[in-house]
Amino acid sequence: MADIKEILKQRILIIDGAMGTMIQRYKLEEADYRGDRFKSWHKDVKGNNDLLSITQPDIIIAIHKQYLDAGADIIETNTFSSTVIAQADYDMQEIAYEMNVASAQCARTAADAYTMQNPDKPRFVAGAIGPLNKTLSLSPDVNNPGYRAVTFDEVVAAYEEQVRGLVEGGVDLLLVETIFDTLNAKAAIFAIKNFFSSNNLPELPIMISGTITDASGRTLSGQTLEAFYVSLVHANPLSIGLNCALGAREMRPHIEELSSIAKCYTSAYPNAGLPNAFGEYDEQPHETAHIVEEWAKEGFLNIVGGCCGTTPDHIKHIADEVSKYKPRELPIFGS
Amino acid sequence: MTQHIQPYLRLSGLEPLIVRPETNFVNVGERTNVTGSKKFARLIREGLYEEALSVARQQVESGAQVIDINMDDALLDGVAAMTTFLNLVQSEPDIARIPIMIDSSKFEIIEAGLKCVQGKCIVNSISMKEGEQKFIEQAIICKNFGAAVIVMAFDEVGQADTKIRKVEICHRAYKILTEQVGFAPEDIIFDPNIFAIAKGIEEHNNYAVDFIEATREIKQLMPLTKVSGGVSNVSFSFRGNDHVREAIHSVFLFHAIKAGMDMGIVNAGQLVIYDEIEPTLKQLCEDVILNKNNDDNGATERLIAFAETVKAKGKEIVKDESWRNESVEKRMEHALVHGITEYIDTDTEEARLKYPKPLDVIEGPLMAGMNIVGDLFGAGKMFLPQVVKSARVMKKAVAVLTPYIEQEKADRILNNIGGAEEKGPAKILLATVKGDVHDIGKNIVGVVLGCNGYEIIDLGVMVSADKILTEARKNNVDIIGLSGLITPSLDEMVHIAKEMKRLNMNIPLLIGGATTSRMHTAVKIAPEYNDGVVHVLDASRSVTVAGSLLSKDQKDNFLSDITKEYTQLQADFGNKKSAKQLLPFATAQEKTANINWNGFSPVKPNFTETKLFDNYSIAEIATYIDWQPFFIAWEMHGKFPAILTDHVIGKEATKLYEDAQVLLKKIIEENWLSAKGVVGFWEVNKVGPDSVVVKDKNIQLEFLRQQIKKAEGQPNLSLADFIHPNQSDYMGAFSVTIQGIEKHIKAFEEKLDDYNKIILQALADRLAEAFAELLHHKTRTEFWGYANDEQLSNEQLISEDYLGIRPAPGYPACPDHTEKYKLFDLLGGEEATGIHLTESLAMYPASSVCGWYFAHPESKYFGVGKIEKDQLEDYAQRKGMNIEEATRWLRPILE
Repeated sequence: MADIKEILKQRILIIDGAMGTMIQRYKLEEADYRGDRFKSWHKDVKGNNDLLSITQPDIIIAIHKQYLDAGADIIETNTFSSTVIAQADYDMQEIAYEMNVASAQCARTAADAYTMQNPDKPRFVAGAIGPLNKTLSLSPDVNNPGYRAVTFDEVVAAYEEQVRGLVEGGVDLLLVETIFDTLNAKAAIFAIKNFFSSNNLPELPIMISGTITDASGRTLSGQTLEAFYVSLVHANPLSIGLNCALGAREMRPHIEELSSIAKCYTSAYPNAGLPNAFGEYDEQPHETAHIVEEWAKEGFLNIVGGCCGTTPDHIKHIADEVSKYKPRELPIFGS
Repeated sequence: MTQHIQPYLRLSGLEPLIVRPETNFVNVGERTNVTGSKKFARLIREGLYEEALSVARQQVESGAQVIDINMDDALLDGVAAMTTFLNLVQSEPDIARIPIMIDSSKFEIIEAGLKCVQGKCIVNSISMKEGEQKFIEQAIICKNFGAAVIVMAFDEVGQADTKIRKVEICHRAYKILTEQVGFAPEDIIFDPNIFAIAKGIEEHNNYAVDFIEATREIKQLMPLTKVSGGVSNVSFSFRGNDHVREAIHSVFLFHAIKAGMDMGIVNAGQLVIYDEIEPTLKQLCEDVILNKNNDDNGATERLIAFAETVKAKGKEIVKDESWRNESVEKRMEHALVHGITEYIDTDTEEARLKYPKPLDVIEGPLMAGMNIVGDLFGAGKMFLPQVVKSARVMKKAVAVLTPYIEQEKADRILNNIGGAEEKGPAKILLATVKGDVHDIGKNIVGVVLGCNGYEIIDLGVMVSADKILTEARKNNVDIIGLSGLITPSLDEMVHIAKEMKRLNMNIPLLIGGATTSRMHTAVKIAPEYNDGVVHVLDASRSVTVAGSLLSKDQKDNFLSDITKEYTQLQADFGNKKSAKQLLPFATAQEKTANINWNGFSPVKPNFTETKLFDNYSIAEIATYIDWQPFFIAWEMHGKFPAILTDHVIGKEATKLYEDAQVLLKKIIEENWLSAKGVVGFWEVNKVGPDSVVVKDKNIQLEFLRQQIKKAEGQPNLSLADFIHPNQSDYMGAFSVTIQGIEKHIKAFEEKLDDYNKIILQALADRLAEAFAELLHHKTRTEFWGYANDEQLSNEQLISEDYLGIRPAPGYPACPDHTEKYKLFDLLGGEEATGIHLTESLAMYPASSVCGWYFAHPESKYFGVGKIEKDQLEDYAQRKGMNIEEATRWLRPILE
């Protein structure tokens, strides 16, 4: 397989856009989510998008292919919530591992088909590791601020299982994304390191992507961007970046800052602007692409794509715009 | 130009700490160490974590840049204490902003600590005292947690005391860490052991020099690494004499920092400035530390002698307490904004004594403080953990006040004084709507509201509308709060609002979550539910919103302000779309109601022309009363009969209802009022899309048609659509009035009995409406008889479940008041019932109702809405009015 590190030196790589937005277009109903296998599941599963990799793999593969057509070099597996912790909402803890394998295989199938067609543009599969619905740094009970709804060890175990599934399904990279509590991400990294060392496997490259959620430019758990970077750089990641929450326009100062402090490659996949009053993303593909183009021109970027509300059309526009520019050069570490 | 990134030691709490060459010296706060601080040890042992936190805060406020935390005490469960304390520290943003140094000689305590901290920590410490293998294992774990490590100069042989051993051990550790473990050199910090000097043991007199010189060499040999040490050890011999100890520390640091020491564990609040040490003491310290003039412990002796002479006058801890001098309101505000619980009990007590009622403290200074918190949060000047902390201060204050509030309530009951009614804690139900699993924001809202004395019922995530509403009713909650983050949740919220309306619920609905907005709430949700829909921007604001909603005094004003605001938003929203959305009138006229007239034959009324009802039984009419508007007239809003048991106004509502029943009985028994009505039916023919001719009467009725652009397939309705298009049909009309009120009104006025006067007026209105309902009922089942088999309860009548309609001219379905003339003509004019039409076409007596009857089963109430000039012109022409006059009457529906 081609070495992504070599390609990153040559050009800006494109990561795909929103999976959820694309799934919504299929207007799937409860029965579609269940498929045959979960026909009589005791809880509603509509909305459990990760399950679709098992019950509707053709749809997931088709979405991946649309992004690959649009020019994505990296596609993300449909595994944002494929952990025993997140799946507890659907009582599908025991399916979580399988979801990772199935999702990785969906993405692998799609990516390999495109790599085969054009070996000069190899496609990569990034195993998506989401932030969980329980957080290690905040107490859900104010009378007991020392309380935590989940332990570090439980989070590590959940992530380690996810990593095992993703690796078995054949991913090329691991992407810890939409991080709003850095401690959760630290647990993910701990799990990844643990998985590879205890199985004596060569480590896959890690991509890290955080989320700035509030007006003060901090993560939900209260860290500044640089504090966030410092807290996770020990992962020795391939890239570090930001996604979700903000649109490209609002993300710019943070990406600029990150590009000046990160010793690894940088990534950015913003939402298609900020949602309007009705929760819809209005930003048009050319608008997003125009903003992102300027980042590429300024040399902030190595990997770029889209998050909530972005579509293959956004990705195509972004890919076209940034192809004119050289990637951000990796800084020299040390004087 | 290629960018360079320097290999500096980078640490983080909520904020980064980058140790650059120009950083000089990093202070590590030492007081949160059970082995070094008796006070801290006692607080932890007694489980007084909140006070223990104030020790940490004091360190930060005194300038500590990193905080050292140590729980190594034989009497403590170190793992549990470390976990509890660090988790608590994480919820204190003004402490958590700086990096943590996790300090223990037991590695399992270190690991437990690492599991609690999101930032990049320092582990203090690991060493080779148990051999290389253990050292490597521990180093790997630290690396996987992303922590920097302090490596103590300690090997299998023991702790290094001389310069040579210190350097040797550190260098060996360095090679293992960088070559075998893959540790970044900049993440390695050496602690070459600071030992006590001036103990009178000659061999120990050089310890400080050994440390300083070892530091110099380590930094030359391994320039990216850092050197740290526990500074207070050096002065151990002088314990009890802080004045001298502080001087020793300053002098020691002065030299060690020059040699390259980067950080040290010190009592950040107790460092004197080197230049400010009195010269004699400074000289003596120099001698002892640098081991000069110290033959036969000479320097030591001199320093000890000097120490005897100075009184221990430890410097006051410098902490900004100036806010304590402010007014109690300002102090409470400060405590809320800064989340300081330390003084809130005494401040609250002071405020309680100052304010007339304990509740005033909550509604005054506490709410004011929380509003500031909300504003700061909204402006991005505070972030979430701080807000949660502020909420805790609030709760503590409320807890102080609660017994007094209870007492006051008890007194009130005892003395039978009315006024504020009693109630348990208000209940707020929270749920993330169906299809959405995001609930962190909702949990925080729950926490913040919980702090403010509300009972929170949290149904969790993916909660169906049915469950939310069932639980809400079962628990008799006071507020429902919905949360959602993903787009489809918006639709679900609209659905829930509709369901609440359908279920006649009357508790407020709060809308929150990232995907929601004020505009969406105003335009899409609020119109679906009438009893209060409020968009809540954030958790801190939820407190004031809930407070306003649950306060009897504030709720109405608050909701009416919200309604005003939302109405404006709706208008703004509507205006944006505006004119273009109206269809040409001709097009609208083609889109008539989708009624299949094939095979429909109009039912002939049992009589045509009019029938008069004089002195109709008020007793019978009274059974048709819809009581809800009666309470609305009294500004008591709520569904009937639920209003009678409403937790806020139920008592008063019941009282009012009983008084009304007494008066009604009197009205009936003493024949105070008389009911007069007339009903008529006529054969009609449709002669145009919106025109209906009354046969043999030379009267042509003109109707208005909806002109707004609608969804595909949706009709643009006109009442004329409910009349058969190509054969004879029937229409009816009625008017009713309640007479005889005047003299009784006058009587009440004379007795200055406004209460009964208003009850009477409200009752007369209700009776007129009830009479209209009664006659409509009789029309359906008897006079016209198109619904002979109708069996409807009063509730069903009120909710208009019947077939056919009775729209009134001047109201939404036929907004032209002037058609009332024709209606009255048909019914026999003013003589028939004595109802007089004023020039503005209002009816007198005020308690009068009139309307058309339409019988077609698909006829329904609707609003004409805005119309375009083309319809106005057409309508004016049909009515034989000039444009100006038509415009005057129809102004409300013209753009």
